[in-house]
Amino acid sequence: MQDNLKSSSYQRLEQKSKYTNMFLRWFLYFVLILFASYFIFPLYVMVVTSLKTMEEIRQGTLLSWPGGLNFDSWAVAWGGRGYGAGDTFLRPYFWNSIKMVVPAVFFSTFIGAMTGYVLTKWRFKGDSWVFLFLLFGCFIPFQAILLPMARTLGALGISNSIVGLVLVHTVYGIPFTTLFFRNYYVSVPTELVKAARIDGAGFFKIFFKILLPISAPIIVVTVIWQFTQIWNDFLFGSTFSFGEAAPIQVALNNMVLSSTSVKEYNVDMASAIIAGVPTLIVYVLAGKYFIRGLTSGAVKG
Amino acid sequence: MKTLKIEDLSKNFGSTEVLRKINLEIDEGNFLVLLGPSGCGKSTLLNIIAGLETINEGNVFIDDYNVSKVEPKDRNIAMVFQSYALYPSMNVRENMIFGLKQAKTSKEKIEQQLEKVSKFLQVDQLLERKPSQLSGGQRQRVAIGRALVREPRIFLFDEPLSNLDAKLRVEMRREIKKLHQQLKTTVVYVTHDQTEAMSLGTRIAIMNHGVIQQNDTPEIIYNKPSNTFVADFIGSPSMNLIKGSLKENSGEISFTANGSNFEIPVKGYDFIDKSSLNNKEVFFGIRPEHIYFKKSNETDFEVNLRADLSEYIGHEQIMTFDYANQEILAKFPSTIKIELAKETKLYFDLTQASLFDAQTEERI
Repeated sequence: MQDNLKSSSYQRLEQKSKYTNMFLRWFLYFVLILFASYFIFPLYVMVVTSLKTMEEIRQGTLLSWPGGLNFDSWAVAWGGRGYGAGDTFLRPYFWNSIKMVVPAVFFSTFIGAMTGYVLTKWRFKGDSWVFLFLLFGCFIPFQAILLPMARTLGALGISNSIVGLVLVHTVYGIPFTTLFFRNYYVSVPTELVKAARIDGAGFFKIFFKILLPISAPIIVVTVIWQFTQIWNDFLFGSTFSFGEAAPIQVALNNMVLSSTSVKEYNVDMASAIIAGVPTLIVYVLAGKYFIRGLTSGAVKG
Repeated sequence: MKTLKIEDLSKNFGSTEVLRKINLEIDEGNFLVLLGPSGCGKSTLLNIIAGLETINEGNVFIDDYNVSKVEPKDRNIAMVFQSYALYPSMNVRENMIFGLKQAKTSKEKIEQQLEKVSKFLQVDQLLERKPSQLSGGQRQRVAIGRALVREPRIFLFDEPLSNLDAKLRVEMRREIKKLHQQLKTTVVYVTHDQTEAMSLGTRIAIMNHGVIQQNDTPEIIYNKPSNTFVADFIGSPSMNLIKGSLKENSGEISFTANGSNFEIPVKGYDFIDKSSLNNKEVFFGIRPEHIYFKKSNETDFEVNLRADLSEYIGHEQIMTFDYANQEILAKFPSTIKIELAKETKLYFDLTQASLFDAQTEERI
């Protein structure tokens, strides 16, 4: 009798918890979908608008579906209309950005790896101070250094040039890249370096042969981070360059804001997407490693 | 010619003194174990021998050649680390020949060495594997192999077994012992495990606070510890140190524990210095395994002690007795039944006893 009572009450409790779980699950999905659509909404508007003609934009609403797949505005955004003066289009500036991003990412990542290596595996007196000062670089508001940097670039004779921008981005990337690599190399056992020293490997050999080959996860993290930062940078680009030498974000701004005639929303949207696509590509290609790199702890032998 | 000689070596990290005036000599083919609690400076000493740490004072000689300022790779040594430190991106083969390649050894010689060593250590089936695909024991073997291929004058081991589980540790310990018996290379081995030290070493140097407390064969370290630190550190459970004083009565010397009413004659004891023994404050040291339940020698001293506690550990039991309000431990086979809270007749093996000065804590 007692047993029956017990088992029936357990059944009731079981049933109850089942309904609660089901409700919570649906609620979770509801919230997730809500947030996902909130974030995806602007992208939707951009893509749809870029595919519309101006006529459709004027007559339809923001959300309405385009009449057809019309890539004209993309062509205009990328290659211009073909008439001479006053025609701004993205192609040359896109290549400017590539020419700026690739060396800047390479140098800042490489130097950061080197500094991280020295700060963890070749400790010297006062190394923690060096690291502390490097970290300052992460927290300095970049507006504060615009003026001195402009003077420096002028003195070096590389103002308003891609080389100048590469230098600026490399210098201000190093604090972050150093931080990444230092934190990664701290978890690599120092005994590896000792073993390699006994085996006769020197400073550079240990770095290139032992440490770099196991640094793939953190290199990916750093490259994605630096690529996104430098590609999306507007402040340095607009301050230290103009006209022909400007990177794509500055050109995008000029294109969208300085047009004197009618606002061509479809071209603007297409340009914005073109300017944003490379970072997306990098993230899609390396995103898997990005997560892995951020979460990976100690390197076990 | 000494294979390794260390002369008046001192080392400090900033204001912390890690090693103080270390003097040490090893003959060819010896297995020296540096034993001590953590923070005693034994690993620092090993790193200095390897050349991975700088020296503040003193010199290191290998084969009578002063290597104090010589790079690690030129010292003709090889080292096995606690974490094995196998290069994660290289396979076993590359790991083992990395050092030889750095030394620009000829291809044939490298292949020959690799084959010999990998066969010897039974890792020849694993050559193409990455360290992450190996078990703990295999990694250990590869790490030893990496040291072996270089044919060094001295092997340095830095707690190589601490990362293994208990069973594997005992196995690998035997393998290292076998290895040393076959190769007869000089070894310096750092550990904090006294069983490892006792079973492996031909000599043990016990260190504490950056000073070598005793450097001798395992037998002498066990039987004649030079001070109370060594007496306490070696043995499990450690040596009983009973506080009391000596009395000299017409040439016969005896020991009386504080608060006890009987004397233990120590006439057979081999004193280092026989003078001024009367009324000297001392520790009477006797190991738990040298307290017997049955009289086995003529010289055994008979006492009646109250049993307070019994710890059963399988093949034996550890009993705690009360000796004039001082706790002493004894080890018996677990077949012997002893009643608690009752006086039991026990026999001290006086041939195995040690005496220490209570002030200096040195053996007398």
